[in-house]
Amino acid sequence: MEIDLSQFHQVFFEESLEGLDAMEEVLLDLEGEADAESINTIFRAAHSIKGGSSTFHFQEIADFTHLLETLLDEMRDGKRQINKEIVDLLLKSVDEIRKMISHIQNDEPVGDSHKELESFFSELLSGESSAEGSEKESESIDIDESESKFYEIDFFPEPYILETGNEPFRMFRELAALGEITVSANLEKLPDFDSLKPESCYLSWKIILDTDAQQSQIEEIFEWVEDDCELKINQFAGVSLETQPEPISTEPSSMTQASSEKNQAAAVPGKSLDILDSAVPSKQLQLEQTKKPESKAAKAPSASIRVGIDKVDGLIDLVGELVITQSMLGQLGDNFDMSKLNQLISGLAELEQNTRELQESIMRIRMLPIGFVFNRMPRLVRDLSSKLGKNVRLEISGESTELDKTVMEQIGDPLTHLVRNALDHGLETAERRIESGKDPEGTLRLNAFHQGGNIVIEVADDGGGINPQIIYDKAVERGLIQPGADIPKEQILSLIMEPGFSTAAVISDVSGRGVGMDVVKRNINNLGGSVEIHSELGEGTTFTIRLPLTLAILDGQLIEVSGEVYVVPLVSIVESIPMSKVEVSRIAGNMKVYKMDDGYIPIIDLTREFQIKGQSPSNEEGLLAIVEGENRKVALEINQLLGQQQVVIKSLETHYKSIQGVSGATILGDGKVALILDVVGLARRASESAAGSNSQVA
Amino acid sequence: MTSEIIQLIQEQEPQIIEDDIFADEDSSQYLSFVVGEEEFSVNILKVQEIRAWEHTTFLPNSPSYIKGVLNLRGTIVPVMDLRIRFGFKNPEYKPTTAVIILKTVDAERERLMGCIVDAVSDVINVAENDISEKPDFGSSIDSEFIDGIMTVNNSPVTLLNLDALLNLELIAHPFTAQKVSNG
Amino acid sequence: MAKILAVDDSTSMRQMVTFTLKSAGFDVVDAADGVDALEEAKKQQFDLVVSDVNMPKMDGITLVKELRNLPAYKFTPILMLTTESSNEKKQSGRQAGATGWIVKPFNPDQLLATVKKVIG
Repeated sequence: MEIDLSQFHQVFFEESLEGLDAMEEVLLDLEGEADAESINTIFRAAHSIKGGSSTFHFQEIADFTHLLETLLDEMRDGKRQINKEIVDLLLKSVDEIRKMISHIQNDEPVGDSHKELESFFSELLSGESSAEGSEKESESIDIDESESKFYEIDFFPEPYILETGNEPFRMFRELAALGEITVSANLEKLPDFDSLKPESCYLSWKIILDTDAQQSQIEEIFEWVEDDCELKINQFAGVSLETQPEPISTEPSSMTQASSEKNQAAAVPGKSLDILDSAVPSKQLQLEQTKKPESKAAKAPSASIRVGIDKVDGLIDLVGELVITQSMLGQLGDNFDMSKLNQLISGLAELEQNTRELQESIMRIRMLPIGFVFNRMPRLVRDLSSKLGKNVRLEISGESTELDKTVMEQIGDPLTHLVRNALDHGLETAERRIESGKDPEGTLRLNAFHQGGNIVIEVADDGGGINPQIIYDKAVERGLIQPGADIPKEQILSLIMEPGFSTAAVISDVSGRGVGMDVVKRNINNLGGSVEIHSELGEGTTFTIRLPLTLAILDGQLIEVSGEVYVVPLVSIVESIPMSKVEVSRIAGNMKVYKMDDGYIPIIDLTREFQIKGQSPSNEEGLLAIVEGENRKVALEINQLLGQQQVVIKSLETHYKSIQGVSGATILGDGKVALILDVVGLARRASESAAGSNSQVA
Repeated sequence: MTSEIIQLIQEQEPQIIEDDIFADEDSSQYLSFVVGEEEFSVNILKVQEIRAWEHTTFLPNSPSYIKGVLNLRGTIVPVMDLRIRFGFKNPEYKPTTAVIILKTVDAERERLMGCIVDAVSDVINVAENDISEKPDFGSSIDSEFIDGIMTVNNSPVTLLNLDALLNLELIAHPFTAQKVSNG
Repeated sequence: MAKILAVDDSTSMRQMVTFTLKSAGFDVVDAADGVDALEEAKKQQFDLVVSDVNMPKMDGITLVKELRNLPAYKFTPILMLTTESSNEKKQSGRQAGATGWIVKPFNPDQLLATVKKVIG
């Protein structure tokens, strides 16, 4: 049978990476003391990866994990001391295996970077494993004679043999497949009927086998029971076929069976590694090769999610309720009259609730605990703090808080960056901390929780804090703000995430935050989230990241602009004001602005901005919708606010391309497409052009 | 008319595939349609489906021939008015106006694009040999969009080059250089 | 058709074993560890158990012992999936009452041949 093993590869990669994560987590906890369960967990992960990689023909990983496993085995048996060096070595191995997997996933050659560790392992293990291999090889030396021979086999099984699931008749059947057999049973040990235990085996057998098979093949048949029986195999090579009364020709069917059995039997014992390499039909390899381009293209969509059985059960329950409601409504509809109106209304309400719950539950399938990301951090903190020579205690809480798989995949890097920066620049050295009367050990706290429709992630350190004055001065120097401008502290702090600012290497040392903060901010913004900074001089800094729980659904406000309907994310709406009640002024460049308490807000005439056919909303009837993105406000001229509803976000780029001012599209209840406004992009562009013209005025 | 053609396509589809595989001569099937006063055609394998004209949602700052997007069973598909693209003046929306959903393959992905035409005409069988090279002049549309000319019932039918016609890079949007965030 | 219980904590191996056996027409139930497997085994009678050795919660050796304590599984063939290096495992597996073993790595054909040998 041809079974395409590549169908299991994706699962193998995923479980291996999970196993490596688990290994790493335990290793980081290990430091010094090691209980049996921890080592077992590490061993098991390595063992699984080894088993899988050899089965699926990832030989480099199999070889590497084999050495790793041997070492772990020694640790488990207490033959090897666990110390920091070993833990470091094991952590490095985890990284190497990760690298190998990622290469294989990308269809790249695995490379040689693991070889160094591999030879180090071999040295450490002083070649024990290779000796084992050669010993096995030597077992198979045999008298080579392919002509027909007679074997006399005496088989005395232990009475309990049946309780191992081994049927003597199975062995006879296999022997029969090798040639012609004559079996005679010895009933000597059979007890009296009343003392006979039905589950025991009292019989022994003498078997004469006429075959051209080798003795090792016969031994293999008894391999599983060699400790549960007495076995004597004698060969009478001199006896020729002619002395047999009638040389019974083996049936064709058993003939083919015998030959296939032979191949199979040869492959079972420990030598199978070589056999796999040479004997696996090259067809299979070719298959994998020709499949490559396809699998590359299909990689992203075929990523899978592991779903807890409880979530699936919940879904099944909900669907059950939906079916009940549906059939109730169906019956109602079959002979409806107005007296049943109330029933219909409540039925529809139920249907709505069922549907909503179903939607929520399905979204929940994509939700995974943020622990997957947090778990990377202990390793990072350990490595980095020892490199920086700082004492750092990492506190993690809220790791079971769930968020969308896609969001999680993309939050890892920004979060890593924040943690790195906190260690690098945020936390002081022990000496400095002692000087300022603090615990010499710094604390880095990671926390996550749900708030409304968002997940909030906090990265907090108790380091030196950021001095807003320095940032203010630098910002003035770089022309980002006007000298003497009165700007709230939070806003000053957020300047360190501006592109022009954080790339300035000078500031990184002074501000306590390094390069790349703009990238962090952009990544988070791209996920529809935001970052806030709180910092107290001498006490520490907290970064608060807010992210939508899922990317696929959005609470939207529908608005009308000159006959077109648009969706605005509800969270971004600040307020709406009739245009008639607003004092609009124009600044250079014909930019309309509107004065609010905390300064001028640029106004966007969407009808003109988007080149919609028709008249912009009139001053008498139009509204200004004040929306906010990335702490920037902008006012949109609209005709009216329509309803609010949850919308499913769809991409315009699937069949078209991105369009400025639009972040996506959705399908409304009437089947029409409505575009979702990119509030962040609109606000950014408006405030940039306003800032340009503003400076001219000022 | 349109529905008949749709039916025609559906009936013919299995046979098309067969023809494609066992083609004894290099003959293929084409869907022909009217834009303005001219006949055009596309390879029928590129046709996903034909729909009656319906409302599309306006896309900001698009060229005039991009009429917007429509909802094709849950996916958002852009729609191009071929009449405007080919420079025919004052297109009207009549009962025969149809949207042909065409498939095209970019480097990696299969994309769909709706094309508005004045009327769908026929499914025609044309041998490879009967398609002549595109003329250097003489057609009212940009020669870049033309693959060749075929003659059907003594009148010329222009075979369109879909890769050029549906190439997104040729569809200019002001400001599209900057990638829109939050999506 | 014969019913087989396939036990392995590795999802990919479990899927591979299950898929292979199902493709050959066997009725297969899978379990991710010994505890799961024991539970499944109590729910219905299997004709063969194929189990990994190294598993969390309850390992394969313990599973064999537990199964052999159940009257319904006293004589049921149990095959262990072991790695070539674990000779000791073979021993303890045999002492616990396992029928035999299949050495990892194995390919689908080897697996099927061995299974058919036992319950064919």
